[in-house]
Amino acid sequence: MRRLLAPRSAKPALFLLCLAPALWLAAGSWRGSLGVNPIEKVTLETGQWTLRLLAATLAVTPLRRLAGWPELIRFRRMLGLFAFFYACLHALTYVWLDQFFDWAEIARDIVKRPFITAGALSFAAMAPLAVTSTRGWIARLGGRRWQRLHRLVYLAAAAGVVHFWWKVKSDIREPALYALIFAVLFLARLLRPRTAAPPQSAPLA
Amino acid sequence: MPRRQNYSLPYSLVTPKSVYLSRRKLLGSLLALPGAAAAAQKLENIRKTGYGRGETPTPYEAVTTYNNFYEFGASKEDPARNARSFRTRPWTVRVEGEALKPRTFDIDEILKLAPLEERIYRFRCVEGWSMVIPWIGFPLAELLKQVEPKSSAQFVAFETYFDPKQMPQSAWSGLPFPYVEGLRMDEAMHPLTILSVGLYGEVLPNQNGAPLRLVVPWKYGFKSIKSIVRIRLVKNQPPTTWNLANPREYGFYSNVNPDVDHPRWSQKKERRIGEFFKRDTLLFNGYGNEVASLYAGMDLRKHY
Repeated sequence: MRRLLAPRSAKPALFLLCLAPALWLAAGSWRGSLGVNPIEKVTLETGQWTLRLLAATLAVTPLRRLAGWPELIRFRRMLGLFAFFYACLHALTYVWLDQFFDWAEIARDIVKRPFITAGALSFAAMAPLAVTSTRGWIARLGGRRWQRLHRLVYLAAAAGVVHFWWKVKSDIREPALYALIFAVLFLARLLRPRTAAPPQSAPLA
Repeated sequence: MPRRQNYSLPYSLVTPKSVYLSRRKLLGSLLALPGAAAAAQKLENIRKTGYGRGETPTPYEAVTTYNNFYEFGASKEDPARNARSFRTRPWTVRVEGEALKPRTFDIDEILKLAPLEERIYRFRCVEGWSMVIPWIGFPLAELLKQVEPKSSAQFVAFETYFDPKQMPQSAWSGLPFPYVEGLRMDEAMHPLTILSVGLYGEVLPNQNGAPLRLVVPWKYGFKSIKSIVRIRLVKNQPPTTWNLANPREYGFYSNVNPDVDHPRWSQKKERRIGEFFKRDTLLFNGYGNEVASLYAGMDLRKHY
């Protein structure tokens, strides 16, 4: 695994991998192979990929510490930005293909419908993280403040799952699976890595 | 020295795609003989009606691959996949309750009960999409008359066949089964309300509710219960499945109404399957002239 992460080509490879679902959806829309209700399909898929990439982003820190793959940090920003990229596509599908830029109706939706409120909240929590993902912004904010701001990712993930959960009509297996994954990723942060522990002195007795 | 075999073939030898595909189709239908044979079965002597004049029917492919039939799975593609081997023969329908002559009907008897008509109806799902479907069937009233309803019969309760062995995906749907639905007596006797046994001139595919389903075109699709095995004439308003699952979101009446939102989304517009732009949703799905009088004086916001 670590050998896969090392080469310079790993980053462009990951870039293409993250882009693949979007290309697949674009090709499917063009060829008409997304089924009977392609707009619904695009909405669902872009939403799901947002959650998947958020999970991948949040998996970086625990994997670095617990599995001992520190080089993973190279990919975290790209994963996070791709999560936001899919969130943008998802929001655009809603604003354009669902509401056709009826801003009054969109505003009503956000206020009146809890599942849309949660989705909008998740999106709003991700946007500043994408903006401040550059080196310049890290320097401007200072590492500490930058880190504190980027804790918003937990809110984005939680609100994203709630959004999905509240949208489902009755079969809640999929949103429950995402909830479980995020819960594991959150809890994993509380664990201390064993390898880093200082050597114990011999017991006295 | 071994000679290298030449595997290349001239393009002229390639089987034309259409032949290749039709061969596959033939093989497929041979493998799945009972289901496939039934799906292709034409219905004879169908009387055309004026319903749906000016509407373009949604393609057969869409009508039969994009379905809500939670017993066979909760995603739209599931029913077409999972209902393939569903057994629709032998099949009986028990009609009972507040009736002078309650009895059990065999499906083949039901098929001959009344002249079959083609009714091209708009179909509006509560989820915000719609279709136009050329149903084959006859008025529900024709069946109900057979058992001679008593005056105490105020409502009609319907029940879908349920067999967890044939419907293993039902365990994950989050709904209590068997699926039940209901109508008020006057809604049930209305000439627009039909029992459907087919669509596009053919026997109803399993995923569309074979062998017998209800179609109430001015109500959201989930009221049009599928694969019916029991019909009861009752005194009181019967329980209905989606209402049991979520009473705030799905009422007993569930008439299509652009002014009464589903709590989670607006019902003002709908996407007709196959269209890019959304259409305005019509009160009673555009059947107001025929059915609005049924609800005269009722607060449709309260009785959603």
